[in-house]
Amino acid sequence: MKKVLVVCGNGLGSSMIVEMNVNSILKDMGVEAEVSHTDLTSAKTEQADLYLGSGDIVGNLEDGKKNIVSLNNLMDKKELREALENNL
Amino acid sequence: MVDLIMKDILGTPAILVGLFALLGLVAQRKNIADTISGTLKTVMGFVILGAGANVLVQSLGKFSDMFDKAFSVDGVIPNNEAIVALAQDSFGTETAMIMLFGMVANIVIARFTPFKYIFLTGHHAMFMACLIAVILTTGGLTGAPMVIIGSIILGSIMVLFPALLQPYTRKITGSDDFAVGHFGTAGYLVSAFIGGKVGKNSRSTEEINVPKSLGFLRDTSVSVSLTMVILFFIVAGFAGPTFVEENLSGGQNFLVFAFMQGLTFAAGVYIILSGVRMLLAEIVPAFKGIADKIVPNAKPALDCPSVFPFAGNAVIIGFLSSFIAGLLSMFLLPIFGLKVIVPGLVPHFFTGAAAGVFGNATGGRKGAIFGSMANGVMISFLPALLLPVLGSLGFEGTTFGDADFGVVGVILGNLVSLFESSVVFILITLAVLAVAFLVGWKVQGKDEEESEAA
Repeated sequence: MKKVLVVCGNGLGSSMIVEMNVNSILKDMGVEAEVSHTDLTSAKTEQADLYLGSGDIVGNLEDGKKNIVSLNNLMDKKELREALENNL
Repeated sequence: MVDLIMKDILGTPAILVGLFALLGLVAQRKNIADTISGTLKTVMGFVILGAGANVLVQSLGKFSDMFDKAFSVDGVIPNNEAIVALAQDSFGTETAMIMLFGMVANIVIARFTPFKYIFLTGHHAMFMACLIAVILTTGGLTGAPMVIIGSIILGSIMVLFPALLQPYTRKITGSDDFAVGHFGTAGYLVSAFIGGKVGKNSRSTEEINVPKSLGFLRDTSVSVSLTMVILFFIVAGFAGPTFVEENLSGGQNFLVFAFMQGLTFAAGVYIILSGVRMLLAEIVPAFKGIADKIVPNAKPALDCPSVFPFAGNAVIIGFLSSFIAGLLSMFLLPIFGLKVIVPGLVPHFFTGAAAGVFGNATGGRKGAIFGSMANGVMISFLPALLLPVLGSLGFEGTTFGDADFGVVGVILGNLVSLFESSVVFILITLAVLAVAFLVGWKVQGKDEEESEAA
């Protein structure tokens, strides 16, 4: 079971919406994965197979080991779909 | 038995919210495992929220003592999480009820009017529900009538505010895919309006190279820690080492004490946020799932960072302008006989940044700067004006931070105290909302004609 983590500054609003979108796209693709959302501080210590968020946020997670995709437009489902297809 | 259900079960906010989550999970036909874990996590989220409030209150009390000694005035730190967590002791059940039925009202209004917005910023819906519960209760309303009118008010503003902003949001995003549902709306509207007035021929903020080094402030826990430590240092310095070490820290060095108290405050906010996150994780998706089934063409109204990617530089410029205006306002407030509102980095970051994006959309660089400054002044004065209507909750040293809480609170608070009878108050409130909807209808109609003509 792969794990996708969506990150935003507060871990409340935007990341939750993106998480819902990720869930619906994964359903479309027929892929099973565990999806959750959190804030930047918690994300640093949480393990996941794919980290998603806007560039200015997830850029802070770079440690050379994590699989990070920064999204240009959080609300763009096409971009999100590509990110998921290329990384899961 | 009735007593057990009404008082012990439904009267415990944590269980009440847990029941909402359970309803939502069952409605979505989730499997048993998801239903159990979702329900338990929601209840636990509420417990965590209360625990965070206890941590935060200790350091808030110390801050007030020092501030009082240093400047002989009351300093108030606006923080939504803090005030809502504090309010849960006395207003928990009312908050939960108004939040749930406010969401229902939102779906109903979206279904039967042309305003198809579904407000998905769950934590703001919760904060607004809490504000409404506090003000109506303080104004003498109770029981079912209070919950019903409170829910109608909440449901209406969850639809109206995104609708008011939509013409500008469309300008920013270039589409009608989503709306902004965030209770800083008043600040964004003013910012967009000022932008249109001052920003003739001003170039967009996006043609400037701004260093990305301020990005770390978007991490809430970092920005809260940093602000609070700096604030505690300043206040401890003014209060003097003797006062702090003799009365507060039990002999611990005053700077070490200030550092630890600042971080204790930040830790409290962090704990409250994790609680809020847990309790919303089940409720918001359920709300969206139900809304999507009932309201054709529903438009999601999303948290303010959803517009940040459209103007990255305006975000930084907006935050700085708003914060500077907040600092200046700190010195102006006492002149007007109001309590000092200590500018918080979090409200200024999120609402200042969004105000910057809206100001830039209508008036380029000038619009972003002056629009956000107006937002900064608003989120200094409105929280101060709000304090008197919060009743006993107004003396806790914290208050609601964003513009709309101030606008809605001040209007409701004054309406409640104007009319002795709650029946008259309810009728007047409904009339005010009806007028607001009619105006919105007209604006939307015009707006659509224009965009169709364009």
